Formats: sequence, C-alpha cells, structure tokens
Amino acid sequence: MSKIREAFEGGKAFIPFITCGDPDLETTKKLVLAMAQAGADIIELGIPFSDPTAEGPVIQEANLRALSGGVTTDKIFEMVKELRESVSIPFVFMTYANVVFSYGNTRRSGSEEAGGDNAAIGGTEAFLQKAAEAGVNGLILPDVPFEEKEDFAPACKKYGIELISLVAPTSQERIATVAKEAEGFLYCVSSLGVTGVRSQITTDIGAMVSLVRQASDIPAAIGFGISTPQQAKEMARKADGVIVGSAIVKLIAQHGRDCIPYVTEYVKQMKEAIS
Amino acid sequence: MSKGRFGIHGGQYIPETLMNAVNELEEAYNHYKDDPQFNAELTELLNEYVGRPSRLYFAEKMTNDLGGAKIYLKREDLNHTGAHKINNALAQVLLAKKMGKTRVIAETGAGQHGVATATAAALMGMECEVYMGEEDTKRQALNVYRMRLLGAKVHPVTTGTATLKDAVSETMREWTNRISDTHYVLGSVMGPHPFPTMIRDFQAVISKEIKAQCLEKEGRLPDCVLACVGGGSNAIGAFYHFIEDESVELIGCEAAGRGIDTFETAATLATGRLGIFHGMKSYFCQDEYGQIAPVYSISAGLDYPGIGPEHAMLHDSGRAKYVAVTDEEAVEAFEYLARTEGIIPAIESAHAVAYAKKLAPQMRKDQIMVINISGRGDKDCAAIARYRGEDIYE
Repeated sequence: MSKIREAFEGGKAFIPFITCGDPDLETTKKLVLAMAQAGADIIELGIPFSDPTAEGPVIQEANLRALSGGVTTDKIFEMVKELRESVSIPFVFMTYANVVFSYGNTRRSGSEEAGGDNAAIGGTEAFLQKAAEAGVNGLILPDVPFEEKEDFAPACKKYGIELISLVAPTSQERIATVAKEAEGFLYCVSSLGVTGVRSQITTDIGAMVSLVRQASDIPAAIGFGISTPQQAKEMARKADGVIVGSAIVKLIAQHGRDCIPYVTEYVKQMKEAIS
Repeated sequence: MSKGRFGIHGGQYIPETLMNAVNELEEAYNHYKDDPQFNAELTELLNEYVGRPSRLYFAEKMTNDLGGAKIYLKREDLNHTGAHKINNALAQVLLAKKMGKTRVIAETGAGQHGVATATAAALMGMECEVYMGEEDTKRQALNVYRMRLLGAKVHPVTTGTATLKDAVSETMREWTNRISDTHYVLGSVMGPHPFPTMIRDFQAVISKEIKAQCLEKEGRLPDCVLACVGGGSNAIGAFYHFIEDESVELIGCEAAGRGIDTFETAATLATGRLGIFHGMKSYFCQDEYGQIAPVYSISAGLDYPGIGPEHAMLHDSGRAKYVAVTDEEAVEAFEYLARTEGIIPAIESAHAVAYAKKLAPQMRKDQIMVINISGRGDKDCAAIARYRGEDIYE
C-alpha cells in the first residue's frame, strides 16, 4: 500500500494546503513541522505559479507573495529534502502543468530540437526525479484532466510519485472513468468555481462519493470551500478526508511570519472535528 | 484520449470542472458546423450585418512607393465594429444561443473582441460580461465605453500584469463558476480544444475570400500573405485556405515590443519555449521554472505570452514563417499607411504593414503580396499620440 493510502487507514484524514514560500521558505518549514505535529495526515505543498487559473483571490495572492519573495522550484525541492529528515507523513505537491512540464528546460522555440517530444519529457522527468529524491509522494495538477494525464503519468510511475486525480460537481459520468485509474486518493472538488472559502457547499457530496465508491476503493477527500470545523465534520461524514487551503492561507496572510501558533491551533481544531 | 492536436500542440489542459462544458461545446460545434440552417443564418449575418465579403484593395500608392511587389490590403477593418473579431464573435454567440445558453463571457485585450462579443450579444439578446486587464482599460478607454454602451458589463482585471493573459485567466475562472447558462466566447485561436479549431473555421472566411478575390483580380494566387499574430486568429484566418498552396508564403508578424533582446517583448516564437498554459500545449514566453513571463507590446491585442497551437505547428513544419516587429516599426507603419493610403490601421495590423514595408521592395514587380488589415486604428490614436509625446483627450 502506498504511503498516501496508508494515511487514510487510521480514520478520516485531514489534509492542509499551504503555498511554499508564503511569506518565506523558513516560515513554510516551520508550518509543515507544526501542522504535522498538530495532526495533519498528508500535507499539500503548493509550488507557486505566475498564473494559477484554478485559484481564488486568497491563494492567487499567496502565489504572488511567494514568487515576489524569490522562491523557485529548486529552493522548494531543497526545503522538502530538509523537512524529510524530521517529518514522515506524505507530502503532495500541488502546482500547475507548466511548472512541471517546463522545469529546467531552457531550449527556445527557434532551436531545432524544441519541437520534438523529447524537449517536453525532459522537463517533466527532471521535475519528478528531483521531487522523488526530495521525498515527495504525490502530485496534483488542477489543469491536467484525465484526457491529458499521459504527459505526466509515465514519469510519475517511473519515480514512484502518485498522480492525484480530481473530480468535480460537473463530472457526472466521468467520475467512474476517472476513479478507476485514480492513484493515492481522489480529490473531490466540492463546488463550482475556484478555490476559496464558501459559507455553504450546495453540491450533493454524498451522491458524488457514492459514484466514486461504485467504481473504486480509492479514498475520497473533499476540497474547495471548507473552512469551519462544522463544515469539515459534515464533509468527513460523507468521505475519507478533508482538504483545506484558503482558510489556512488566509491565516498566513493575516499573521505573516507569526502565523505558526494560529495555524497550529486551527489544524488541531479541524482534526478534532473530523475524528 | 487527447483531442484537438496540431502536431504536438493543442489539447485540453483545463480543470476537470470544465471538461463536460468543452465536450458539450465540441458536440454542438460538430453538429452545427454542417447544419445548413446554422450556416445560412451565419452567412446572412456576415453579409448583411458585418458587410462581408470585405474588400481586397489594391494599394497602388504603397506599391509604387515601395517599388516592389504589388500590394493588396484585405480590409477586415471595414467590418462592422472595425475588426475581424466580429466574424468569430457572431458565430460563437449564435452557436451559444442554439445551445440554449443565455449568457456569454469574454476576455479582451485591445477591446476589439470585447466590443465584437458585446455587439453580437446585443443583437441576439444575450447577457454579456467582458473581462479586461485594468492596464488595457486605460490604454483602450474608448472600447470600454463602447462595450458598456452595447449593454455589456466590463470587469477590470487587476491580477498579474493586468493585461490580456490575466483577462483570459479571469474569464476561465468565471466560467468554472457558472457553466450551465454561460458560454465562454474565446477571442483567439487558443485555449482548449475545440476553441482553436472552431475559431479558425470561423475566421477562415478571410482566406477563402482573399483566394477568390485574388483569382478574380489577378488570375492567380498571391505570392505571400502577411498578418499580425498575438494568439493568432486573424493570421490563421488569412492563412488557412492557402496552407495547401505551397507557392504562397505565409508570414506572421509578432510583437517584439521594445525588441526581442529585451524583457519588454511579446514575440512568443522568437523568445518562447514549449509549454502548457491556458488550456493548450504551445509556445510561451516563460522563465526556466515555467513561470509565464510578463510580456509587453504597445499593442494591447498582441500583448500575450503565447500563440495558438496551429501556428506553433506551422512554425515547427516551416509552412509559415514568423517575424518580430518592434513598437517603433509598428508605429511608423501606422503613420505610413495613414499618410500613403488614407487608411489608419489598428496598431496590431500595423505590425504586418511594418514587415511588408521591409519585404515588398525585395520582391519583383510581378509578385503579389496580401496584407491582412485586421482592424481599424481609431482606437489607437490617443495611445500613438502619447507614444509620440503628444497628450490628447479621447
């Protein structure tokens, strides 16, 4: 059993998300340690992207803060490697296709080899190799649907990183297709739109998860819009795990480098609510 | 599995939330593109409302002045709303209506696509919201007013560089938020499948007409066709029916901004690399970590860090050639065409005119060049005046 699946064995999983380098990598490191101690079962580490099209304003701004602070994919690999010495829970990178696909690839479109497939695989392979060396267990790419996963899946397999699939309220009959090939856990997007805190989640999550269950025994974790312990409790009743991003990123935005105790307390509360 | 490929480019790199929407769109497009009723309605609109076919005008003074190839201008600037964008906007809004949608959203750079979409929405009784980079709402204030006048709601986008790429991102976000009654009228041959194919088909009327008009006037095909390229919709429209005619050279003119050796450029093929962004695999201006570059051009319509996937393929195969034109060259060409032919081109189209000025004198007098004048330049007058150090009020 993979490390990610094992994380769902001990009950409902709490999966916090933070953007690496927001406000700086030192704080990110402290946050990861604190969240792991506070009960997080898996940690989603966002690699910032200049144009995060699936994010709402809160995480967009976190991406911007991190990038303007000078964080790069290589610095994040280094940080994860250091964290691995003291944290054992699974890490999942969450970023956008181009950050992986174009990693370390400096060939210009005008050059002869740029048009070939090898140029493409170079970036993805190099990224996944370094991610695996750093101790990352999974990868989430919100702009890569089932139909396009072949750009990434073979290299993920080669380096033992699970490519996490997503299903959304609009997926309907696609849920079975996606769930059958899903690895690690299935990220169930709770609502239409982008990431961000929502006062109410109107999608029939129960129905969505039951479609997943019919197709596969993959753990289902719900994300997008969840911020309160009450919401988390409700979602955890219907699924195997709960993912929270914007609510935590908001605390980081509010308190900056002093955010650690606030986030620790929040993660404790959320973990308790779903246990 | 993966659909909508042009060589290695294209595809559907979008959030799962949008997958059923693009699949539904593809199905509807495949159905209506061969539907006689839909095509009759669209042709009627293009002829009677837009004023097609647009003229292929012999630019005699420019021809004599440059002393080389015989130059024709394809007058897309004479279309209703002043640019080629209306060809695609009317077709997509008509399609959206057939699909039962009641609301359309669109991104816009220079504002021409926003105006075209707002126009089509007004005509067909659809709700319309346009996302435009805040920087562009300043550069193109007149077009913002035109959209409002046409009943559209304009949302200034403040994220990122507050230009076209950010407007596209924000419109995509809005689409994931509201899908069931809303169609995203993408303005260029980019984004996820089926947009690049569908929009190319809607713009291909340009090359279909050029071909017929050139055969009628000259009894043969042109030797080269020039068009400006941002995402590339007017260029693919002007190229498409000539791709099979190997004798016709196809030249796309990218915006070099302050030069391709500076960071203030939007010339994707000259400075970009293969990547995945905004739903497609293609070439993009980006750094070594895949972060999309904050591009720059004086032209809000060419100020985009990527290029449509079909152009990327034509670039790979060498069937089309792409050149970079600086702000300064484009502004000179803008002024040149106004003085020489009494035609004020859009600053976007002026990029093609600028390269034509270099190329035509190197060609023989019995050779024929066609320049696609994709839009008119009224919208640019205030910005060009400012570029020349003259502050005028719009």
